Amino acid sequence: MAGSLSSISGKPLWLLAELTYKCPLQCPYCSNPLEISKYSNELTTDDWFRVLREARALGAMQLGLSGGEPLVRKDLEEIIAEAHRLGYYSNLITSGVGMDADRVAKFKTSGLDHIQISFQASDKELNDFLGGTSSFAHKLEMARAVKDQGYPMVLNIVLHQKNIEQLEDIIKMCVELKADFVELASTQYYGWSRLNIDYLLPTREQVTKAESIAKRYQTDLEGKMKILYVVPDYYEKRPKACMNGWGSIFLTIAPDGRALPCHAAATLPDIEFPNVRDNSIESIWDDSNAFNKFRGFAWMEEPCRSCPEKEKDFGGCRCQAYMMTGNAAAADPVCDKSPHHAELQAEVALIEKTSANKNEPLIFRTMKNSKKYQIDKKLNLSQN
Amino acid sequence: MINQMPSLSSMYRFQWEEAQSSYVLLYPEGMVKLSRTAGEILKRVTGKTTVKQLVSDLETEFPGSDLEPDVLNFLTEAKKNGWISF
Repeated sequence: MAGSLSSISGKPLWLLAELTYKCPLQCPYCSNPLEISKYSNELTTDDWFRVLREARALGAMQLGLSGGEPLVRKDLEEIIAEAHRLGYYSNLITSGVGMDADRVAKFKTSGLDHIQISFQASDKELNDFLGGTSSFAHKLEMARAVKDQGYPMVLNIVLHQKNIEQLEDIIKMCVELKADFVELASTQYYGWSRLNIDYLLPTREQVTKAESIAKRYQTDLEGKMKILYVVPDYYEKRPKACMNGWGSIFLTIAPDGRALPCHAAATLPDIEFPNVRDNSIESIWDDSNAFNKFRGFAWMEEPCRSCPEKEKDFGGCRCQAYMMTGNAAAADPVCDKSPHHAELQAEVALIEKTSANKNEPLIFRTMKNSKKYQIDKKLNLSQN
Repeated sequence: MINQMPSLSSMYRFQWEEAQSSYVLLYPEGMVKLSRTAGEILKRVTGKTTVKQLVSDLETEFPGSDLEPDVLNFLTEAKKNGWISF
């Protein structure tokens, strides 16, 4: 995220509309769930209109139109126009594939405020390999079309072992494209990226180097291009303030209408996430068990419960805590006060040591792999 | 600065938010909630009003004090943040 939402109002300020999980790209670090092939029952245009209206009435101001690839939705222009009418600041978060200069111009007329384009790398070969499709040249063209239309432009690059060495070239490319903001987002390891962690996790040495490069350019380009560098939290001693706290300001609506406090929350067990088809946004936000489950501080266990920093980081990420400890209410193991921190460090050290020798292919985010994952999961379950 | 006509940077949108009871600045994936004073000043940053007019307008609406130093401080800060340009 390029900006920050500092005010805590007790109501959602940020609505992330995941319009579809369909996507022409196949990035092996995709933040969508592994179960993307199960989401065929997408919300209709009218459903989205109601979601937009109700969330706006509660006070939501920022709207992220995301996916998958939101450009796949034929009603995107209509959704943008409705968002504009309601007074949202609308952000289109896209790969650029599925757009042309005409559509960029049409979005502008519909009232779209900002376009964020993702790049996978600074060169065609790696970009197209990671995205699983020949898209680099088109992305460059679309970035220029976005600037031509006078939008503020954010370029987003997810960093990992395969592209972190070309960080300097990535930044230079962003300068050339006249980006206003650049988000250098280190891969967070959930879902697809977790499957591929052996190939994606950069070494500590790579991270330290990347950080110093990012800092240097932040200073050099001050006032021209803002660079946001998100550090990979596996190398940190304190967890990220995930979502600014559960059910605090963020509301994600998945393509099938499920409401989530963050886009990865569906991975958590034993929580029934309410669907916007059956519930109002207000009742979901205020009354649902799901949104109240980790809200505030009462749910915390030690060491979080008595920690003086709990209001700063909210105990970190619930999904990460569950993934590594089996307990979603545990402290995020990124924190060195967590009893599981040593395990995480050992895992990272092992990956660092062995990753250079890995030759197996990356698992790309495809519907086929998603289905295969479902079958594998079922087999594992029946074996247990 | 006093005779210049500041305007809002194209990166930002300025609007009243009922739910926040305040003016806000919206920008790509972020927002700033403005204090009442900041909101009243930015409301008058239209690209067509000089700082001098802006101050006198504010002093008419909120009489009883010399607002110029506060306004100049705020506008300097706002320019530094990239919110406005002269």
